[in-house]
Amino acid sequence: MLRPPGRLLPRPMSLCLAPVGELGFLVDPIGPGTRALTALEPGDQVDVLGPLGNGFRLDPERPLLVGGGIGVAPFPYLSERLGCPPALLGFRTADHAEAAALVPNAEVVLEPTLVTDALAPGFDVLACGPEPMLTAVSRLAPGAQLAWEAPMACGFGACYGCAVEVDGRMARLCVEGPVISARAEMTTEGGVALSVAACSSGRALARRGGGR
Amino acid sequence: MILNASGCLDALTAPEVAREFDAFVTKTVTPLQREGNAPVRIAETDVGMLNSIGLANPGIDTFLADLLPRLLDLGPPVWVSVGGFAAAEYADLCARLERTDAAAIELNLSCPNVAAPEDEATAIVAAARAATGKPLFAKLSPALPDLPAVALAAAAAGADGLALVNTIRGLALDPATLRPRLGTAAGGLSGPALRPVALAAVHTCFRATGLPIVGMGGVETGAHALELIAAGASAVALGTVLFADPGAGARVREELAGEARQRGFADPLAARGVAHADLDGAPPGPVVRVADGARKRSAQVGLKV
Repeated sequence: MLRPPGRLLPRPMSLCLAPVGELGFLVDPIGPGTRALTALEPGDQVDVLGPLGNGFRLDPERPLLVGGGIGVAPFPYLSERLGCPPALLGFRTADHAEAAALVPNAEVVLEPTLVTDALAPGFDVLACGPEPMLTAVSRLAPGAQLAWEAPMACGFGACYGCAVEVDGRMARLCVEGPVISARAEMTTEGGVALSVAACSSGRALARRGGGR
Repeated sequence: MILNASGCLDALTAPEVAREFDAFVTKTVTPLQREGNAPVRIAETDVGMLNSIGLANPGIDTFLADLLPRLLDLGPPVWVSVGGFAAAEYADLCARLERTDAAAIELNLSCPNVAAPEDEATAIVAAARAATGKPLFAKLSPALPDLPAVALAAAAAGADGLALVNTIRGLALDPATLRPRLGTAAGGLSGPALRPVALAAVHTCFRATGLPIVGMGGVETGAHALELIAAGASAVALGTVLFADPGAGARVREELAGEARQRGFADPLAARGVAHADLDGAPPGPVVRVADGARKRSAQVGLKV
């Protein structure tokens, strides 16, 4: 979770890059919170809490990263950890597709072509992107690891805001996800009011690093 | 004494956060399981946060069998928040908690996301009082037209203390679509916007009842906590601040001690009620005498009248 100065609540972000001594995040400024994050200047302080939640499992035999839009955010670091597997990334426009340069071994498709049009069988899919994309991927690739998102105020189970329906019951995405196997039936409704990409690759609650 | 506000912390997913409090207050437990409201459930606004969780909880059976034993194992005393739709439901919940090691019971009389039971405050508190000897705290909405009257009624019906305040109703619209951002349209407003509302509620209810008050609403710092104590609170609870700062329990405790010392109070509670000192030349303190039972039961959980 990242909180810029002056904001009440943090935003859930996936780790994009992790060179030694640094943490890199890819943020789409879609609202006041994410705009405050992208407006940070060198030297500004940001509260960091994490890693949190359940990330992608790193044991697939034939990994394929499938991303849509800002869902590309966790893939640069994930690709590094998985030894640069093939990636299939979909974007609305060529401008948006600039982010694909961060992911090695990536095939890019632009709308109206969808990643599901280009998805080859026989891979262990790890996907992050908008809900319709995840739903479509889960039909084509049973067992895929899907990183979902929901508005989230805390990231450690306290606010109950990120509840989504999993297998017919409400589950907190920060506790049981955000990466959930496609076997589970998931539905979320509406918005990304608080989150950009809640695809995290963490494990447990750690003390935040920044000062208040 | 610093607690978490009900519904703002899950001690089982974040035990190290819960252990920073003098007592852990559970999310409200209802007679039957509730899945809660459909998403979207939270939204940040310029002045606070809106939520419409809808009292999601596993119900009293699962709570007693599965959750409470694990919560009690964590260490801090456990206050159980209970909610229902009729006095008999509150009585049943309290009767079932009577046989447990829960330290206290908070009667949630004020969740803004369910049909408001405020009118039944007297009946509910009396029914709960008959069902349990545990300390009973009535959590009230600051939106009541005559809050001190309801607080006084709760006291007369046997409440040992008050928890002030719950959220107030708010609405946020998506600026692009002009549609509500929450699935339920309106929700409970918490955070900084609630701070002056909470101060006024604690101030007026302290004067009206003299009962121990757990003050809460927008507390982010030790200075905010000290203000609630000055208004009449004898304990302070943290809510929304925990989402951004899970270490707020220890931080606010330390800041509170410092803020009190700076103003010449050896102990933060020495500042209790000082906001009342100059009102009409009256001495600081309540205008009514607190019943012996309430005095005794509040002391059990560390709260002085």
